[in-house]
Amino acid sequence: MTGIGTLVSIAAAFGWLSLFAVGGAAAAIPEIHRIAVDLNHWMSDAQFADAFAIAQLSPGPNVLIVSLVGYQVAGVAGALVATLAMCVPTAALAYTVSRLLTRAGDSPWPALVQAALVPLSIGLMAASGLVLAFAADGSIPAVVLTVAAAVLAAATSLNPVWLLVAGGILGLLGWI
Amino acid sequence: MPSDSPAAGLPVDPPTPTLPGRFALFLAFAKMSLAGFGGVLVFARRAIVDKHRWMTADQFNETFALCHFLPGPNIVNLSVVFGARIRGLTGSIAAFLGLLAPPFLIVTTLALLYAHYGDIPALRRVLNGVSCAAVGLLLAVTWRMLLPLLRRREPIALVMLVAVFVAVGVLRWPLPQVLLVTTPLSIAATWLARRRKAA
Repeated sequence: MTGIGTLVSIAAAFGWLSLFAVGGAAAAIPEIHRIAVDLNHWMSDAQFADAFAIAQLSPGPNVLIVSLVGYQVAGVAGALVATLAMCVPTAALAYTVSRLLTRAGDSPWPALVQAALVPLSIGLMAASGLVLAFAADGSIPAVVLTVAAAVLAAATSLNPVWLLVAGGILGLLGWI
Repeated sequence: MPSDSPAAGLPVDPPTPTLPGRFALFLAFAKMSLAGFGGVLVFARRAIVDKHRWMTADQFNETFALCHFLPGPNIVNLSVVFGARIRGLTGSIAAFLGLLAPPFLIVTTLALLYAHYGDIPALRRVLNGVSCAAVGLLLAVTWRMLLPLLRRREPIALVMLVAVFVAVGVLRWPLPQVLLVTTPLSIAATWLARRRKAA
């Protein structure tokens, strides 16, 4: 098993990141990848792509991809520490803020800041797509499947789970 | 409260729920979490507003706006804020645990299976396929969010978007530093644009 030092570095990395997680877990993917693959060599590119796939296949908040990263580094303890580090600091902040202001009131600032953050989160999500595409195996059938899934999901209201299942079946059949 | 209202014992407000206890909070959030493939928010709204009527749609939107404004996973923030409004600190912990504990157990089990069987060729092929589809889904969500921005033709917002994309996605600069620079810039730009529109 890995020691306390590893758990502390997992907690520090994800606790710090959580404070900058605007626009949800999808927008934090590039930084999670940088922490797990580039900086700490906790996992390979292929393992990161797999972790993303498994997180999408599982129910629950998408942020649980950090549980998979944590597990890869330090087993169940690592998964627990990564998840708590990613969720508890901001949850405590949300709790405190909601107690301080029971309603948003008439201040224009929250709406303004939120509007200002929208283009930033979209840029981050696009960056997530790019990082994941490079982490995954870049064969031509893989690119075709990615684009096809994107077009289908954007153009129809098909339940995303079916697209994931279809991708898994095509992969199993050896088409990807 | 008008004291002369008839039948003073009857509740008056439109959402007239019996507010859930801590265990009910835990169960409700566990259910919406386990139903939520690819995002829990839709299921949270359905459960809290439509099914249990614990909040009106407006109250829910206001609560969610606060959670969206704060950093961190939005739905986790929502569980904490909602739990706190209903049952205080222990309510928040109950909702937080309901949201995260059951899917955490599932994901950790999958991680364990992956650690043992991740090298089996058939499983590798399945995960490759799922991974491609999942990236496609992410691109589709991004595209849907981008459309209204393109329609409104806000050049500064688009410049900020591209700058963040290049800095984080292409140059792989650290997210905190990039956001510490771009967030104030984007706020200033949005403020100026709105003032000009108002003038």
